[in-house]
Amino acid sequence: MPWDRNQMAARAAEELEDGMYVNLGIGIPTLVANYVGDKDITLQSENGMLGMGPFPYEGEEDPDLINAGKQTITELPRTSYFDSATSFGMIRGGKIAAAILGAMEVAENGDLANWMIPGKLVKGMGGAMDLVAGVGKVVVVMDHTNKHGDSKVLKECTLPLTGKGVVDRIITNLGVLDVVEGGLKIVQLADGVTEKELRAATEATIVG
Amino acid sequence: MKKVYGSAAEALDGLLTDGMLIAAGGFGLCGIPELLIDAIVESGVKDLTVASNNCGVDGFGLGKLLDTKQIRKMMSSYVGENAEFMRQYLSGELELEFNPQGTLAERMRAGGCGIPGFYTKTGVGTVIAEGKEVKTWDGQDYILEEGIFADLSIVKAWKADDTGNAIFRKTARNFNPPAAMCGKVCVMEVEEIVPRGSIDPDHIHLPGIYVNRIIQGQHEKRIEQRTVRKREEA
Repeated sequence: MPWDRNQMAARAAEELEDGMYVNLGIGIPTLVANYVGDKDITLQSENGMLGMGPFPYEGEEDPDLINAGKQTITELPRTSYFDSATSFGMIRGGKIAAAILGAMEVAENGDLANWMIPGKLVKGMGGAMDLVAGVGKVVVVMDHTNKHGDSKVLKECTLPLTGKGVVDRIITNLGVLDVVEGGLKIVQLADGVTEKELRAATEATIVG
Repeated sequence: MKKVYGSAAEALDGLLTDGMLIAAGGFGLCGIPELLIDAIVESGVKDLTVASNNCGVDGFGLGKLLDTKQIRKMMSSYVGENAEFMRQYLSGELELEFNPQGTLAERMRAGGCGIPGFYTKTGVGTVIAEGKEVKTWDGQDYILEEGIFADLSIVKAWKADDTGNAIFRKTARNFNPPAAMCGKVCVMEVEEIVPRGSIDPDHIHLPGIYVNRIIQGQHEKRIEQRTVRKREEA
């Protein structure tokens, strides 16, 4: 059985080390926060906050306290607030150890596309381009194929890029792949998934 | 030095001209200058270029200026919450310049600091880099981005004294300080004007030098995505 959303999030949480400052994207990456266990992780929200807490209890929502997805959240004893220029200064400056993000397409050279589908609704990149250019390590979490069964792990991205050569590790429902010289290297197979199945679902070059 | 005005309309009097560039604070609907936006709607000024991370939602925030077609161009990083925006953009009535969020914030900060351009690795190898100068340091490419020098800044703070020394609250700070800094004139709306000395000088987020006019008023502070968790049973 391939991993489900929660298993992918749990696997992504293994990428995080004690003491890290981390930015989590919207969707499956948000679930990673549920699996950090005893590790001392500080979550950044790029609108201007370090130390993001869980959703508030009903009736305690504060319109002045939202995350980058515009959801109401809470603060923690360690929380700090700052303006958006400072926030992206720490992102661009490499102070954020890792970003875990969703993707539409990833290529074997580490190219990432996750912000725009030409001809369809164009919403904008938000902070995604800054994050992938600036943080220490970029981990993509996504389904290995799209709803038509086409591979999202490609030789070359077909959609407009969010960043060029920026992805370090890809975690999908089928397993874990690293971007290395010449292509992608299989790091781990999801429980019950064979290497043959992963290769069949991957358009990108697999090396090693 | 009189900075405090009685209403948003009074504070904006003489500052609005057709075709001007306005930098607006706020992220989503959080920390937006909602009273000043309403007054700009009332003024009827048109052909505006607005630098703001988002463009409100349908019928609220900067979305109101879309409904009245007073905005000609937006400089934003994300505009996905607004159906009227999409309609005007796809029909060609509205121009849109996408900026990565951090690049937009830094362009405002830089403009406010007298820096006309800076190099960043954000957007290298993407459509954002098209037509921009590239420079290489230590094997890494960077693109030239320009500071924003706005004709007018409209921002929202939590509290300020009558000299404009301001503090923001939680994530409502967001783009407000850099937006305030980059305008030739900055008008700020606050929830409360407090006596001089009541804010510890060490705790001021934005010094009053960046603020020319201040108003106090009631804010709706609408929540865009209300998310909650269940209380555990005792």
